[in-house]
Amino acid sequence: MDALRNLAHIIWYFIAAHEVLRSFVVAVCSLVFMLVIVLIAIWMERKVSADIQNRIGPIRTGGLLGFVLQSMADALKLLLKEDLRPAGADKWPFVVAPYLVFVPAFLVYLILPFSATWVPQDLKIGILFYSAVSAVPALGIAMAGWSSNNKWSLLGGLRAAAQLISYELPLGLAILAVVLLYGTLEMKGIVAAQWQHWWMDLITLPALLIFLVAGMAEVSRAPFDLPEAESELVAGFNTEYSGMRFATFFLAEFSASFFISALAVTLFVGGWSLWGVDIWFAQHVLHMDPSTWNLAAPASIPFIMKAFWFFVFLAKSFVVLWILMWLKWTMPRLRIDQVLNFGWKILLPAALLNLLLVSGIGAVLPRLSKPLTATQDVAPIHIDDSVGLAPVAQTPPPLPPLRDDVPAPGTP
Amino acid sequence: MPLRDFRIPEFDAPEVQLPTGELAHETTIVSMGPQHPSTHGVLRLMLKLDGESVLQVVPVIGYLHRGTEKIAEKRSYAMIVPYTDRLDYISSMYMNLGYVRAVEGLLGIEAPPRARVIRTILGELQRIASHLVWLGTFGLDLGAWTAFIYCFRERELILDLFEQICGARLTYNAIRIGGIVADLPAGWEDGLRAYLTAQEQGLRDYEGLLTGNPVFRARIEGIGVISAADALNWGLSGPSLRGSGSTFDLRKDDPYECYGEVDFHVATADSGDCLGRYEVRIQEMHESLSIIRQLLPRLQEPGEVQTKVPRVLKPPAGEFYAHVEAPRGIFGVYVVSDGSANPVRVRFRSPSFANLSALNTMCAGMKLADVVAILGSIDIVLGEVDR
Repeated sequence: MDALRNLAHIIWYFIAAHEVLRSFVVAVCSLVFMLVIVLIAIWMERKVSADIQNRIGPIRTGGLLGFVLQSMADALKLLLKEDLRPAGADKWPFVVAPYLVFVPAFLVYLILPFSATWVPQDLKIGILFYSAVSAVPALGIAMAGWSSNNKWSLLGGLRAAAQLISYELPLGLAILAVVLLYGTLEMKGIVAAQWQHWWMDLITLPALLIFLVAGMAEVSRAPFDLPEAESELVAGFNTEYSGMRFATFFLAEFSASFFISALAVTLFVGGWSLWGVDIWFAQHVLHMDPSTWNLAAPASIPFIMKAFWFFVFLAKSFVVLWILMWLKWTMPRLRIDQVLNFGWKILLPAALLNLLLVSGIGAVLPRLSKPLTATQDVAPIHIDDSVGLAPVAQTPPPLPPLRDDVPAPGTP
Repeated sequence: MPLRDFRIPEFDAPEVQLPTGELAHETTIVSMGPQHPSTHGVLRLMLKLDGESVLQVVPVIGYLHRGTEKIAEKRSYAMIVPYTDRLDYISSMYMNLGYVRAVEGLLGIEAPPRARVIRTILGELQRIASHLVWLGTFGLDLGAWTAFIYCFRERELILDLFEQICGARLTYNAIRIGGIVADLPAGWEDGLRAYLTAQEQGLRDYEGLLTGNPVFRARIEGIGVISAADALNWGLSGPSLRGSGSTFDLRKDDPYECYGEVDFHVATADSGDCLGRYEVRIQEMHESLSIIRQLLPRLQEPGEVQTKVPRVLKPPAGEFYAHVEAPRGIFGVYVVSDGSANPVRVRFRSPSFANLSALNTMCAGMKLADVVAILGSIDIVLGEVDR
């Protein structure tokens, strides 16, 4: 047994010490996580829509395990379907398009801070990475629409191109407000700042609304589901797709929907933190000592807290996802000119105004810069225990003050 | 083998000229239907598009043509009634009524008073059921899924009531020459009362979902405008006409059955757009409920529901035209008899056919998504367009 355990340790350290291998493990873990989330999200969509529409929803598959098995049964059905390619289709764009939509939808999961120190790939440019990668699906959808040799698909593809590009601006500006306020691009730092100053979420509340609206348009959820608009364009850009290629689009759509919710939570709703309640709970109920915790030294934080934060993060994300579903099943679809008008004439000015407002607030809150810079110091570590791999022990620097000497908003 | 496009219609409808400006414009012809989620059956629309803007709409019909009028020449008068069920299958009761009234006129007979009360109630229930299908599918056309299920919840109650009378839920064959198929079963009135209460709550539900919804209003306000004069010239009738400000309603202007004896007002809207037609139908459902409530006490009066008619009907030679205000507009039936057991000619004037013909006028300069909204707002049933 000892030999086995030693072997496991050796493999463990080997993996941990090699960036490439570690990245591979992280990527696989993220992919599995995403697939599980999508399975649950699809089932949830069906149940939430049923609940809103006075129905029961799927009940025959899986019993109590229906939340996983129902979607798996759906996926299996799609897997067994014939893979059709229209005679006049442009072969390579047609084949590549689903993956151009799917891969970015998965890649962005790498930067999500799932818990205090659990970030699959803690990039220093975190949110910038998202902005870059999230622009790719528009290309994939336009390609799908163009290559299908179907006029409905083409219209869907063109709508997607117009809509996704228009809404990237307000989305980026809403994110920029957060980046300006917290002074960091790193996802971990952004959440840590909100963890310490929960009331900062109130300042970014308008940005949250802008972000959610633009985000819904960005992932083409109703009332912005114009690229597929089934009552107008049959099925829009994916009219000619069947079987697994269709499933890939479907997967990407739900993956992106969950990601938008998770990103909204991360940037605007405190991420994995519970606005100070978690600290109070740890201190007074679990009798822990939060003053010894240090985000730069993952080992200093008990596992139970990290797991707890992980569930807080999931719960918050699903609540936001539920709000998106609620909107979808209540709202009719907008028209393309209304969508573009709204994006350019209302949402973009609102986002700019919000940016100005947040900059102003950031300017009159100079004292905040100190603790925030301290959280930024979290950044330089390269290997953390994001998937439980933590060979490097660091001496924890003192934790920045948590709650006591934080000035209330408005105090000089 | 190459697929032959066996029927491209002439684009002779008036074409809209869009301001071209600097950009080069290229038009596309798109065939919308006969297999398309929003053409309400097997309608085919040839659309000439400039990007998303619609230049021309040409409806291509006939995919559901069954030759009902020709078949009717080889059937006895009573045997034709089930064929009328299949015209506007969303409001079969009214199709029965229109045809039966024409034959009764030819024979010079009239249904007994109790049958007339029941016919009126059935007709108004049918109107609500038909408007509920319209409301649900209109929501679907605009991408609002939820109202559909709510509408079908109450429609189900109406179908239950119909089923208790005639055993069928879609094609009733319930209104017969000289009366109705049978008297009301015991307990039917209680079911009707329960339904009326549920429907009032239901109407509040739909309106809460749709009427004030800003997205819904933005999609239908000012879309598909047709003036009252244009609407009359195109032969529009029913809610599609009253949405343009006209008060023409056969139930008021040429009352039949019990409509002369009840108090109701004709729902109209002045805007002439999709929102106007929507408001008219919503108001009509309220009016129909009120008509049914007024007639409820008269169900207590006992009486025959069927006049005596001979087994083989041989109306005297002549012709008769009867028209009723069906949920979609004027449903007219013209019957010619030569004194034999079969009619020489039966001709149906179907409201959906006339309403559909105005589509190009309404769609001028609109967007592709508006075509779907406008088509939904004029509420066609292909069974009746193609016959």
